[in-house]
Amino acid sequence: MRGPRALWQAWVRRSRTKSPWIVHFDCGGCNGCDIEILDTLMPRFSAERFGVINVGDPRQGDILLVTGPANLRNAAVLRSVYDQMAEPKAVVAVGSCAAHGGVFRGAPNILGGVGELVPVDVFVPGCPPTPERILEGVIAALPLLAEPRTARQATGGPSPMSIVMLEPREEEVVRVPAS
Amino acid sequence: MTRTVVPFGPQHPVLAEPIQLELTLEDEVVVDAIPGLGYVHRGIEAEAERRPYDEDLPLLERVCGICSVAHAVAYAQAVEVLAGVEIPRRARLLRTFWFELTRVHSHLLWLGLAGDAIGFEALFQSCWRVREDVLDLFTATAGNRVIIGVTALGGCRRDIPDTLQPTIRAGLDAVERGLAGIAPFVLGSEAVARRLAGVGVIPRNVALDLGLVGPTARASGVAMDVRRSGYAAHDELPVEPVVETGGDALARTVVRWREIGESMRLCREALDRLHRLPGPLATRVPPVLHGEAISRVEAPRGELFYYVLADGEPHPTRVRVRTPTFANLAAVLSMLPGTQMANVPVALLSIDPCLSCTER
Repeated sequence: MRGPRALWQAWVRRSRTKSPWIVHFDCGGCNGCDIEILDTLMPRFSAERFGVINVGDPRQGDILLVTGPANLRNAAVLRSVYDQMAEPKAVVAVGSCAAHGGVFRGAPNILGGVGELVPVDVFVPGCPPTPERILEGVIAALPLLAEPRTARQATGGPSPMSIVMLEPREEEVVRVPAS
Repeated sequence: MTRTVVPFGPQHPVLAEPIQLELTLEDEVVVDAIPGLGYVHRGIEAEAERRPYDEDLPLLERVCGICSVAHAVAYAQAVEVLAGVEIPRRARLLRTFWFELTRVHSHLLWLGLAGDAIGFEALFQSCWRVREDVLDLFTATAGNRVIIGVTALGGCRRDIPDTLQPTIRAGLDAVERGLAGIAPFVLGSEAVARRLAGVGVIPRNVALDLGLVGPTARASGVAMDVRRSGYAAHDELPVEPVVETGGDALARTVVRWREIGESMRLCREALDRLHRLPGPLATRVPPVLHGEAISRVEAPRGELFYYVLADGEPHPTRVRVRTPTFANLAAVLSMLPGTQMANVPVALLSIDPCLSCTER
């Protein structure tokens, strides 16, 4: 089907997946992931060259980057930030804590990963993940932004059931020159 | 006059961390500020009481991702006092090296965030670009960028072999070139000076009354620096506290900027002494300990205090952490009333708050 409507839809899908604006929410992590997220936007890694902009207002954001384990005090705030974001939106859980509570799992105030509170689309492993991996996670979330979540579920497209897990890569090796 | 209540946070673009301030305003001027804390509380102290001494180390390193070396060293020192062991000289120098490098990265990070808060985006980006060179040094020596996990109970877990020293010195040179490049934007910039001067003033007597620590206290003319107590290798690498008397956000910036240079010097001196220094990396610490111990270190934000109580069990009975931001948060609450609303982020950032330390 080619026509003005199809063209319009293709244009909308293209616009939605280009230049994702991110909302960063620290759900109680140790700052390690948070500064790496900021690093991703800084000159060396410069995610901004792909149109990735960190915005403060959840209503303007497309991708929610959550760091840290979910805790009792933060649960309502995270939920509220997520609810304020307009569809289509995606959630990227950055770091081990956001995935399953990490080193804090079992601590008195910790509920577990942020998946307990909001539907997570991409998990980025690492403690903390390097900026390259965070950028990779954001890129993995881009296809999800083409359609709203409800439409994704209706058409059998990527849905919360098809969670993207970035595979762990070979560790960066410390090279010590031979003596 | 009508009063307006403005909520600042918990999710706010200026700070990466969640803190809530309920600001009561009269026109543009803050008359009252009530903090809401606990958004980053994880219960680390309680969790530390359940894990063995050595497993507490990675947990406590993650109290704060920025100054994780400070937490690890402070906890390890307390446990070493309990065990009654003396750590090898090589480990002391290595700890100082990584600790001071942490200070450089932490201060650069803060300077960038402060640049962001005053609307000086170029300073923000430049500082973080230089900070990348410091993180390269962490990667080269420890294999990770932010939480480096180099401290062990009784010493250090990783070594810096002499063969790696030229690489590290080249890295330090790169950092120094970067610092020289941004220096005109920090101290020589009229924009920075005029934006920060007179914001969030804390006179010396107030700083003493509130018990402020670290660069915040030193910027108010209080010459205190825990490094003078000679922990790690500071008995052979003495430090002179960097003191300013202005007491405002500008003085705090100047103090931190000068401390970066001081820390670079300490890193180089530690490297010099490590060269061709034989000796083990760590002393054995027994798994079961008795007694109680305190430990103090000068974290990038100020004095960090650890208390560990041991009752002969394989895990500590109590671990208490008093963080520098806990002491300095009182300063924010005392400087906010009378401040313009637009200066609130600058005043708050000027103490370099670390909430994940404070709330643990």
